[in-house]
Amino acid sequence: MKTDTVLFNEWQGLNLDQIISLCQEMMEDETFPIVKKWRDRGGKVVGHFQVYFPEEIAHACGVLPVRIRGGRSEGVLASQHFGSYLCSILKTSLDLAMSKNIVLDLFVSSPICDGARNIAAIWGRNFSYKAEVLHLPQNPNSAAAVTFLREEYARLARDIEAAGGRKLTDAVLRKSLVLYNRSRSLIRDIYRIRRMTPWKLQAHESLALVGMAGLLPREEFTTLMEAVIPMIEARQGREQDKMRVVFEGGFCEVPPFDLLHAVSRSCYVVDDDLYIGLRWLLGDVPTDGDPLANLAAAYIEDSSYSPVQHDNNKLKEAMLIKRIRESGAEAVILAAAKMCEPGLDEQVAYSKALDAEGIPYFISEFEENQSTFDDITIQMETFLENIMFDEAQTGEAR
Amino acid sequence: MNTTVAQHPEIDISHHPLIGRGARESARLTREWFDSLTEVSRRGETAAYVFVLGSLVEVLRNFDMPIVFPEIGALQHAVRGTAEDLLKESEDYGYSPDICGYLKADVAMHLKGREHPMGQIPKSSLIVTTNGCNTYFKWAECWERMYDTPIVTIDVPYARAANGESVIGDREFKFEVAYVSSQIKELIAECERVTKKKFDIDKFRETLHHSNVMAKYYLKVLDLNANRPAVFGALTDGLAYLGMVNTYRGTAEGARYFQELYEEMEFRVKNGIGAISRKNGKDVVLEQKFRLGLLGGPCYPIFRSFNEFFTDWGGIFVNVGYGNYASGGLRANYEFDLQNPIESYAEGTLLAVRNTQTGILYSEFDIESEMSKFGLDGIVYHGIKSCRTASSGLADRRIRNAQTLGLPSLMLESDIVDPRAVSKAQMKNRADAFFEGMISRQQKTGAAN
Repeated sequence: MKTDTVLFNEWQGLNLDQIISLCQEMMEDETFPIVKKWRDRGGKVVGHFQVYFPEEIAHACGVLPVRIRGGRSEGVLASQHFGSYLCSILKTSLDLAMSKNIVLDLFVSSPICDGARNIAAIWGRNFSYKAEVLHLPQNPNSAAAVTFLREEYARLARDIEAAGGRKLTDAVLRKSLVLYNRSRSLIRDIYRIRRMTPWKLQAHESLALVGMAGLLPREEFTTLMEAVIPMIEARQGREQDKMRVVFEGGFCEVPPFDLLHAVSRSCYVVDDDLYIGLRWLLGDVPTDGDPLANLAAAYIEDSSYSPVQHDNNKLKEAMLIKRIRESGAEAVILAAAKMCEPGLDEQVAYSKALDAEGIPYFISEFEENQSTFDDITIQMETFLENIMFDEAQTGEAR
Repeated sequence: MNTTVAQHPEIDISHHPLIGRGARESARLTREWFDSLTEVSRRGETAAYVFVLGSLVEVLRNFDMPIVFPEIGALQHAVRGTAEDLLKESEDYGYSPDICGYLKADVAMHLKGREHPMGQIPKSSLIVTTNGCNTYFKWAECWERMYDTPIVTIDVPYARAANGESVIGDREFKFEVAYVSSQIKELIAECERVTKKKFDIDKFRETLHHSNVMAKYYLKVLDLNANRPAVFGALTDGLAYLGMVNTYRGTAEGARYFQELYEEMEFRVKNGIGAISRKNGKDVVLEQKFRLGLLGGPCYPIFRSFNEFFTDWGGIFVNVGYGNYASGGLRANYEFDLQNPIESYAEGTLLAVRNTQTGILYSEFDIESEMSKFGLDGIVYHGIKSCRTASSGLADRRIRNAQTLGLPSLMLESDIVDPRAVSKAQMKNRADAFFEGMISRQQKTGAAN
């Protein structure tokens, strides 16, 4: 941490609903007040585009890692820099930087899709600070992938140092691993609550809380989670007769809070892939030995799945079905951001696999900027009615 | 500008044995390639599927694997007018209108028994993909699901930032090449497993030799277009050369093709015979008033018409970005060391595949530079819906190039395969306005002088 002063303490003394509401406000605030405060204190910032970024490295260099995740910007400034046929998040991310709502010292993206592989080059042509690619291995099945990634992480660390970060040492990185292990375990707790007692935390509320991990210094995020999780567990409420669903398709661009809220009115979203990068590492990263190598190994060997990674050992439809089974979901919302090629491609494979398994689903598209949710509400209600009707028919037949 | 050059008056371009030989040979060899695949398929045998942004065919040829280039198959669907029905069929199957049309046309063809206008495509027994394009992975997964075919990825690190490529011998290059080298060895092992044949290092050397010769003459041919008049249309003739570069890479026929093509083109340079096109059943030398570069991709659904938007005004594409990236990055100009074949192959693969990305993402040196030897009068940017890799950054590059080069430019958007995304009249209008602007600019410059 650059400074011991807390950047975000407005939540203290508030009740759970108020905290969630404040977090949503922070997430939707296009002026990034938390980041501004950090910079005002002389801190450096690395902005990293979706999906996964090894924040521990930036943290250990004393730089604030901030998730660049688009926003509800009009995208006017950025629009002339892109062609048509692109998803919203690429445009709005650049727009937020062009409008100087967020100022960075380094921008990093990974080639997660054909559009995003261009974003570092575009960024680099428009800003004076460095914009670069972090080459996360796209052949995780190679025996050399971990070694390569360890070296790539070391290269990234040198660039973070050059952008104003302090020199990376194993000792400091180990401390960062401990902190991030703790924070990921808290995020896992949030998802455990959603699976076990979904009436205590709705999908949009979860997104507001978990999403803060991409914005706050991780120490502050951990403190926040340690405070709110007991509040969630103590939340009063009774289970309703709602269908349990998984929401799949928010691994990069995420739907607006209001869309998730609309969905949550009619069902329990018991798991999702929203900001999956924050939960990409499934277990604790070991802190003994070479910490960079451990971080690299965790990315390759103990990680989640998404449509932007091909891994022969992680057949995506099998992984989705595992997610459904483990969360006790009865159905799936197969969503994709508009113009999101990986998401739209994967919808086909997912739907065929769900057909084969007899798991109900419906296919939908969203956009981060959308402001009406009538379509998905009607779609959702019709979908649920059909399932209930089918179940009633099956019952009568018996 | 105003570069029209009269051909040698004593040469009959329609009957001279050298002139047009490259075009005739590429047509013959393309037919033979499709015929050979058809025979493989009819015998119930299989093939390796590869992509143009790094095909690794030198390894596959070691195991005598027939090789399918699905991108070439898909573009043939677009050119031959069979794409639209396939696209609709794949959309009925569940694919979105907003994803790559190459993938969709190909998947639908597979669903319909792999019948292609040029023959029949064999089923896959091995898929080799690089990370040159993310859709490659999704596409490969389609066949993996259809045929239970193993996928081998060759992941090639590319420049992390503009002008940020590692240099042979430096720390970064060493760990990059070690990664690629491991993956190539893993590919060899997988080929041995799939084919039950042993890798033959001497045969590999021979294949690399053919690739070296091919690359050398391919680049020499491309460079001849720096002459005035340009001796081939980089958009149209260049596509035929690309077909050869990919399908005959690593073969004696491929090497010979480019040696002979160079012979033809060198002859034409010496005799001032510029690019030739077929009009009204006759070969005619194109008038060349404006030398153009193209970034992005071709427009296969209206391939000839698209070119005529420009040739009708005396515009000639002398260099196109995809001439580099779709050749697998041969502009990297790497010669494999036959004494050290595996390590050299890893190094060459790294340099070539990353070169595709440098051109696609950052800058195509011979188009977007004042140092370009091609003497461009303008740049056309053609963004295509099916290829976000090659299209997403074009608008931004146009802004940058307008500031640094000051060349007239034209931005068009359509598609590489889907005729529904092509608005021919609108594109022609824009091309007309582009030339009117260039002519006006010429007149102003002339008046000022």
